[in-house]
Amino acid sequence: MSDRRIPEVHPVDTLNLLHTEKLIFEQGAPGRSGASLPPLDVPAIDPASLFGSMARTEAPLLPEVSEVEVTRHFTRLSRWNYAIDIGLYPLGSCTMKYNPKVNERTARMPGFAGVHPMQLESTMQGALELMWRLEQCLIELTGFQRVTLQPAAGAHGELCGIMMVRAYHTARGKSPKKVLIPDSAHGTNPATCAANGLEVVGLKTGADGIIDLESVKAAIAAHPNDIAGIMITNPSTLGLFEEHLGEIADLVHEAGGLVYMDGANFNALLGKVRPGASGVDVMHINLHKTFTTPHGGGGPGSGVVGVGERLVPFLPTPIVEPLADGGEGYRLDYDRPQSIGRMRSFFGNFGMFVRAYTYMRELGGEGLTKATEMAVLNANYVRALLSDVYSLAYDKPSMHEVVFTDKRLKKETGVQTLDVAKRLIDFGYHPPTIYFPLPAVTGGAGALMIEPTETEAPETLEHFCAAMRAIAVEAIADPSIAKSAPLNTAMRRLDETKAARNPKLRWTPTT
Amino acid sequence: MRYIPHTEDDVARMLRVVGKPSVASLFDHIPERLRAKRPLDIAPLDEARLLAHLGELGAKSRPAVGVTEREGAALSFLGAGLTSHHVPTAVDMMLMRSEWYTSYTPYQPEVSQGTLTAIFEFQTMVSELYGLGLANASMYDGATAAAEALMMAERLTGKHKSLLSYALHPHYTDTIYTYLRSQHGHEAEGYAPCVSFGKDGRVDQGQLSAALSAGDVGCVVVQSPNFFGVVEDVAAIAKLAHDAGALLVVANAEPLAFGVLQSPGAVGADIAVGEGIGLAIPPSLGGPGVGLFAARPEYVRQLPGRLVGETTDKDGRRGYVLTLATREQHIRREKATSNICTNQGLIALAFTIHMSLLGRRGFTELARINLSLSEHAKSVLTKVPGVSLAFTGATFNEFTLALPRNAFDVVKALAERGIYAGVSSRAAGLYRAETPPSTGGTKLVAPDDRWLTLAVTERHDRSTIDRLAAALTEVLR
Repeated sequence: MSDRRIPEVHPVDTLNLLHTEKLIFEQGAPGRSGASLPPLDVPAIDPASLFGSMARTEAPLLPEVSEVEVTRHFTRLSRWNYAIDIGLYPLGSCTMKYNPKVNERTARMPGFAGVHPMQLESTMQGALELMWRLEQCLIELTGFQRVTLQPAAGAHGELCGIMMVRAYHTARGKSPKKVLIPDSAHGTNPATCAANGLEVVGLKTGADGIIDLESVKAAIAAHPNDIAGIMITNPSTLGLFEEHLGEIADLVHEAGGLVYMDGANFNALLGKVRPGASGVDVMHINLHKTFTTPHGGGGPGSGVVGVGERLVPFLPTPIVEPLADGGEGYRLDYDRPQSIGRMRSFFGNFGMFVRAYTYMRELGGEGLTKATEMAVLNANYVRALLSDVYSLAYDKPSMHEVVFTDKRLKKETGVQTLDVAKRLIDFGYHPPTIYFPLPAVTGGAGALMIEPTETEAPETLEHFCAAMRAIAVEAIADPSIAKSAPLNTAMRRLDETKAARNPKLRWTPTT
Repeated sequence: MRYIPHTEDDVARMLRVVGKPSVASLFDHIPERLRAKRPLDIAPLDEARLLAHLGELGAKSRPAVGVTEREGAALSFLGAGLTSHHVPTAVDMMLMRSEWYTSYTPYQPEVSQGTLTAIFEFQTMVSELYGLGLANASMYDGATAAAEALMMAERLTGKHKSLLSYALHPHYTDTIYTYLRSQHGHEAEGYAPCVSFGKDGRVDQGQLSAALSAGDVGCVVVQSPNFFGVVEDVAAIAKLAHDAGALLVVANAEPLAFGVLQSPGAVGADIAVGEGIGLAIPPSLGGPGVGLFAARPEYVRQLPGRLVGETTDKDGRRGYVLTLATREQHIRREKATSNICTNQGLIALAFTIHMSLLGRRGFTELARINLSLSEHAKSVLTKVPGVSLAFTGATFNEFTLALPRNAFDVVKALAERGIYAGVSSRAAGLYRAETPPSTGGTKLVAPDDRWLTLAVTERHDRSTIDRLAAALTEVLR
């Protein structure tokens, strides 16, 4: 290569200063580094002298770039992402509410971020106290007896909850195998049962969108003495309140089973329903949904689990307890013989605990109740602004989210849910959750599941609904526009089939 | 209420559009028996008081890691599954960009190319570090990754018996045990740590060989460097496992070790899992972590967790999407390879940025610095009267000392002097695993209560190691 280098450039490489970015591995030059390392003030050891044939002879293929290149690369990449701080993010069942800035500050306080999990308990009292206080807030909100903070995410919380249900039955010398799960459930519910060696008995959503009491009775009758429990999402993924929850809980309890409530949609219930006092035995809550810890591009979350009296002995170890002898302070209790054991290393996603506690204490009981009220009002407002153009999946009152289908639109224009979603991007929005939940997508219909959350002002919702309406109008005039959307993005529709047919799952050097 | 924009007029107008008389009426359909009987009792705080309150709580702990030790952090040699390295400022500054931390799962690739590209880079790095051609978008942490790896190995071999090294991190053992007990019920009693270690601190190959002889074992799980810091002879263990028709899972809580050590894949591991928190973010009481998961590419259909793959857009430009989702719960429901839904996106990003900054040279250099300081610390600390190395096997940046008396008492005495000296083998909930499992008649080496496991990193230098040695001498006097 010549010493004088002038690469080929094209103006299309950037769009509105959004740069087409090479992978970090494709940048830089051999020998370049962005590391800041201390000088060695002790004798250098040759790995080969210690490890012999186990010593690595060739360094891993990591990038060779300066800090400047790293900063630019990740800053440029970040600009290809949509985010809550950019605009409305109406993903149904994900509760994409605003993530308060102050949370980020408290989570980074050295007394929290700097604490190592293997410190002596006497040196981590503030962290233990925060966990205790967070648990007390969660108990106040849910009406449960205790809450374990250990699970790392909602699905992990489900796993933990169903493990406890199973341990409860085992402790009573029983091993029922069936778990009732409505067809509107999130996919993690059946997957969790499978991971616990339990079998799913499906419940069909009734004509009004909620669980039909008769179908529960029939399922229980069909499996005498074999009901481990029920997993029920409330409000359901259809955004509807399960009005028969009390009666369902009675039926399941009479059959010897326990009631698991998937608390993914708990944002609809703060100050309104305390599940632990309403017949629910166990429930996970996603701190990253209801309690504003950031979603981080897909984690970390936190899936804390509340339990009623019957399941307290089975909680994972350790749990935080106040010092027994009346002394001031907290300790970790490992001595719980009936515990299901450990769900993970250490104590849970502590960084999320600090953020969630910060949020709860800022809003207080009244503020949290108002959050729920405005979340439900916002969902119903969107419903009112769109239901003449998009078909409602079910006509019952909405809670925190509203589900539309593309039935009418598709019939009249051929434009489907995916097209609407992609066209929304051109109007500046992240699309809602699509093609879920299952009861709404029967008969080839596509579903749009919209959860605005309470942090959106009415003007924002009005603008979003105007975009949704414009897409429907445009679809009648020229369906091809939505079908080829997005048109305004730097990246057009991506070929997912190609990605799966010939998987390329890591970068490899070309030479 | 600064996060809730609605004015009274807004609410009134919206209610008119919705056709409801009041906010309360939006909840009318909730049956009486399910309604909360009293208002919530949680006191609100304004931001200044909130910061003061959290600051007070934080001040009740003495951190192991601070910006500088002078600001109140202890001098810490804690490792045991979380060895904190210095993570450059550029990493956290990047995490605080809204586009990263307030986005979600990249369901819509056209508006998520940032996250998708970063995960693709992360997968490449994990694949490189562990020497296996395939890596996923991350798991919750090292312990859950180990449990998922074992279950994946069982699916691949169809054999439901696994052998666990006794020198595996006890939290990993416990987590595996919890997962398997849930899947197999009481049959999980067979999942005890049952392969002991010798005087060198490594897996007893004779015992492993005997345990494998029946040919009914699907999976062997070892950690390297192991809980005591000792580097296992992964190549020899892999041969034993493979000869008996079993797969080898190598767990690892310190990926930096593979700057100076052969990667697990290069010496025969079929699946490698690890914990990346120490190279990504401050310790934060151990969570959130980031579980690293790599495997041989031919096992892709049995891989748990999210995957990002390369593709092109309509105009032929290179881009990235979530792919091979037919393994996952949202498609397969009860037939999925795992119930996991998300990954640890933001922590995986931090890991990726730090790896990019270190780069090929820096990563190797950092590993050598850790190794050299750790070897120096060994020579200095074993000069303290009564102190010796617990094991003869080679180590990376963590090692185990045999003290002349109970290590937990020594740890407490040193903590009072502002030094977190390490972890005593029987402290802090370690070795819970020794109680439940049956050991299949195998004699295990019980952890000695005089053992102290400590980590030495680039955060230390000659003088801080001398301080530890002096304090240890004083405490043991």
